[in-house]
Amino acid sequence: MSTSTIFGICAALLVGFGVFGLVVNPHPLRKILAFNIIGSGTFLLFGAIARRGAAAGMSGDPVPQALLITGIVVAFSATAIAAALLLRLLEQTGSISISADAPDNAETDTDDP
Amino acid sequence: MIQIVNCSVALLVLLLAIFTTVTRKVFAASFGFIAYGLLLTLVWVQLGAPDVALTEAAIGGGLTGVLLVGSASRLRQSEADGGVERPGLPARWIAAVAAAIVAAALALCVLAWTEPAPGLAPQTAASMGATGVGNPITAVLLAFRALDTLLEAIVLLFAIVGVWSLAPDRAWGGRPGRAYRSDPEGLLAYAARVLAPIGIVVGIYIFWVGADHPGGKFQGATILAAMWLLLWRAGLTDAPPINRRWLRLTLVGGPIVFVVIGFLGAATAGAFLAYPDGYAKPLILAIEWALLPSLALTLFLLVVGAPQRLATG
Repeated sequence: MSTSTIFGICAALLVGFGVFGLVVNPHPLRKILAFNIIGSGTFLLFGAIARRGAAAGMSGDPVPQALLITGIVVAFSATAIAAALLLRLLEQTGSISISADAPDNAETDTDDP
Repeated sequence: MIQIVNCSVALLVLLLAIFTTVTRKVFAASFGFIAYGLLLTLVWVQLGAPDVALTEAAIGGGLTGVLLVGSASRLRQSEADGGVERPGLPARWIAAVAAAIVAAALALCVLAWTEPAPGLAPQTAASMGATGVGNPITAVLLAFRALDTLLEAIVLLFAIVGVWSLAPDRAWGGRPGRAYRSDPEGLLAYAARVLAPIGIVVGIYIFWVGADHPGGKFQGATILAAMWLLLWRAGLTDAPPINRRWLRLTLVGGPIVFVVIGFLGAATAGAFLAYPDGYAKPLILAIEWALLPSLALTLFLLVVGAPQRLATG
């Protein structure tokens, strides 16, 4: 089994764990974490593909590797926005629940509809 | 032999991912994610991608970890009410089956790789001479796929606008995040004083060698942002109020230089972001120099979060 196949399978399983965690974890921060695990699994799959493109004295295909760097930075900025949204939700409603009926005080605390 | 090492690393990564997914405490999960990011760095080295490994260590493990642990500590008091709506057993089984189907489909794709493997490495090697840089990743990021890098810098700008727009009205224009105080003779302040100068040198070095060796502006800027975060957390410096003109100019400076060089290419070399013959390397270096401060400031502010305190002085 080659290096790229081992980590390719590992990446597929990571995406699976991430999907499971995203669905079953009720805590929003855990959902953000699970989403990041899906993301890193996707990156790893792409990295395994890049590894297979090694040629011309390079250890991997540089085009997907460069796109991965871009992808990791964009994933970080999305995570930062998600965390800021969550903290604002806590500040506004006093709860971090994202279920439709849980926070009873959500309507009374906000000053605009 | 090397495959045994690879299999063990893959197994450890999977175990940490499971721990992060199933552990009950949000705090433990955040720390698990940091360890997971650092272990992934090892995977990237094994996959022959040292540039990605540096990015993963700095951003995936480092900055994302700081962001998540910081958020978890502010959410700590509300952890109890986040756990009450745990889905029932049938829903969890359905989720498990759905996740297994996704993983199985991806694994089947991996087992059915096409031969020979597709790739653009030969074309990159053939055209790299024209750019004058020695690191193929830098050549792709700033010459062959420069548009991606430009749009990424703009995505970061949008992200900071998004985070700032979550500020309460009364704090608009004020300082983001919390003000930290720590004992000026204490361990944290001492560590920050000793580490920050070393970290700044390492960050600038990684940025500097990026043209010819693994490294570059993203990795260097992340390390600089991390050192700033350390100084902020130790109470040695404060986050600047977001209405300062120098701050706004630094944020947009890098992307503006990038766009201007792009249009110069349209005028002199016939295409947006094309470089005229013989000027590729100086223009690439100019873009990198302009982006470094913008990226470092943006990444720092993304971790610190929305403005919360009124501007004073």
